[in-house]
Amino acid sequence: MSGISSCPAPAHPHEAPIRVVLAKLGLDGHDRGLKVVARTLRDAGIEVIYLGLRQTTDSIVAACEQEDADVIGLSMHNAGHLTLAPRMVKAARDAALDVPVVIGGIVPAEDVATLISAGVAAVLGPGASAAQVVSTVKAAALQAAGR
Amino acid sequence: MSPTPLDELFEAAAAGNRRAMGKLLTMVEQPGGAASEVSERAHRQAGHARVIGITGAPGAGKSTITGRLAAASGAERPAVLAIDPSSPLTGGAVLGDRVRMDNHIGSSSFIRSMATRGHAGGLAVAVPDAVRVLDAVGCDPVLVETAGVGQVEVSIAAAADTTMVVVTPGWGDAVQANKAGLLEVADVFAVNKADRPDARGARRDLELMLDLGPEGDWRPPVVLTIATENEGIEALWVEIERHTAHLRESGALGRRRGLRLRNEVVDRIELGLRGRVLQIIDSEAGSKALGRVERREVSPGSAAEALLASSNPQHPEES
Ligand code: B12
Ligand SMILES: Nc1nc2c(ncn2[C@@H]2O[C@H](COP(=O)(O)OP(=O)(O)OP(=O)(O)O)[C@@H](O)[C@H]2O)c(=O)[nH]1
Ligand SMILES: [Mg+2]
Repeated sequence: MSGISSCPAPAHPHEAPIRVVLAKLGLDGHDRGLKVVARTLRDAGIEVIYLGLRQTTDSIVAACEQEDADVIGLSMHNAGHLTLAPRMVKAARDAALDVPVVIGGIVPAEDVATLISAGVAAVLGPGASAAQVVSTVKAAALQAAGR
Repeated sequence: MSPTPLDELFEAAAAGNRRAMGKLLTMVEQPGGAASEVSERAHRQAGHARVIGITGAPGAGKSTITGRLAAASGAERPAVLAIDPSSPLTGGAVLGDRVRMDNHIGSSSFIRSMATRGHAGGLAVAVPDAVRVLDAVGCDPVLVETAGVGQVEVSIAAAADTTMVVVTPGWGDAVQANKAGLLEVADVFAVNKADRPDARGARRDLELMLDLGPEGDWRPPVVLTIATENEGIEALWVEIERHTAHLRESGALGRRRGLRLRNEVVDRIELGLRGRVLQIIDSEAGSKALGRVERREVSPGSAAEALLASSNPQHPEES
């Protein structure tokens, strides 16, 4: 299958749009930010598969496989990021999915480096601009496609 | 000869590997590349799955019903293709059908969300090929949920064996019921959100419309459902199966599928001809004719006719 997964990344709009799975893990009910991000990405020409609240790492992996997603986007507001985000990265790796995990929500600055070293592709916080959200997701997709 | 990557993908997909299925669907969604090779191969193995179309107005409950139906079918490998609209401005999309299905559909199901990517009619260009791939790798039934549609988007009827139209109480009255369009292509009706007032009224309006319709050998049944409560879903599935049986026994299944393939070839020819059309209009004769149209010496229609006649290889220009 290696020949397929190393297909070149979409570089201009006539090629396939980037596909992003957006979800929240567990019981964290703050979905306002996730909805804002969904709309922002849509307006940037990205296809968002919106999973919303109460997902598990398994349900996200299953969706990624079926949807052939390029990026996993998680929104976290319940202080669980240090356990949940690495768990997501591991679940994707265990499923042999080379899909970058991008995180937004409430992540204290001092935790960012820990998350990055745990394999998270990028972390954004409150006040992130639309342009930042889009460029972060696109960069993650491009980087993964280049691997 | 060692197996090609595509051989391996098909083999894995046939064995139920979700990731391989996902990759194949991405390939048919992307014109050029391997799309035609995937389609070619899938076509030779396809033709077994029942294809059920689910359509109706935005928010009628199509996704909720579709997820429930996949579970109610009791099938080993049901698949869902769920279509939502792409933004005409940016090409982006929020695909939100899956979130309505995931919780109750069961882990044996396969769900793929697809954006319309500029296609009208509530479907995406790649839908026939995507159905073909799912069929070829052993999924059955294949449930196709259209984007929310109005009265005139009926292309699902040409893409499915059985077309189900979902309406809700208060969707209209007897006048709407008799307008041409969506309701005419239904093989089965679901009146969903039957927990709301006047579901029976909605059913009555549909039955009245059917009473006035042409006497056929199949009268579309009308089933009340509350999809969120899983009520009426078994009955709905029974009616869909009854329709499938009817299609088989009457020989209509073969005719429908034949027509479907014919339509697809026609679509492909049209797509191919578009390039030729641009050649004609960009040619010297084309720009001359366009000039005459702009000076109001000839109508667009006659100019097109003349250009077509003179460019037709069977009737070469006389001069
Ligand atoms: C609104 C809100 C609520 C609403 C949520 C409504 C909803 N449906 O979303 C309600 C009232 C329900 C609520 C409840 C609670 N809340 Co509250 N809530 C907030 C508040 C004020 C704003 C969050 C928000 O919507 N921001 C607006 C959005 C647009 O911003 P955002 O989510 O940050 O998203 C941006 C970026 O982070 C980024 N982003 C976010 N996600 C993603 C994903 C990707 C992929 C990308 C690329 C980018 C990205 O992009 C967005 C745009 O810039 C915050 C405080 C704050 N300043 O953030 C507290 C806050 C998040 N809540 C908090 C708490 C504690 C709670 C409760 C536990 C309170 C309680 N004791 O009952 C409950 C828990 C409810 C639950 N089940 O989870 C704490 C969390 C503390 C922590 N993590 O350490 C906060 C930080 C308040 C505080 N300072 O204490 N809350
Ligand atoms: N009261 C009630 N609500 C329902 C029923 N079925 C679905 N809904 C709700 O109706 C809303 C829309 O349901 P969906 O299944 O997403 O409808 P849809 O037709 O797929 O919507 P689009 O794909 O956006 O066109 C959701 O909030 C559902 O929970 C029902 O039988 N009764
Ligand atoms: Mg839907």
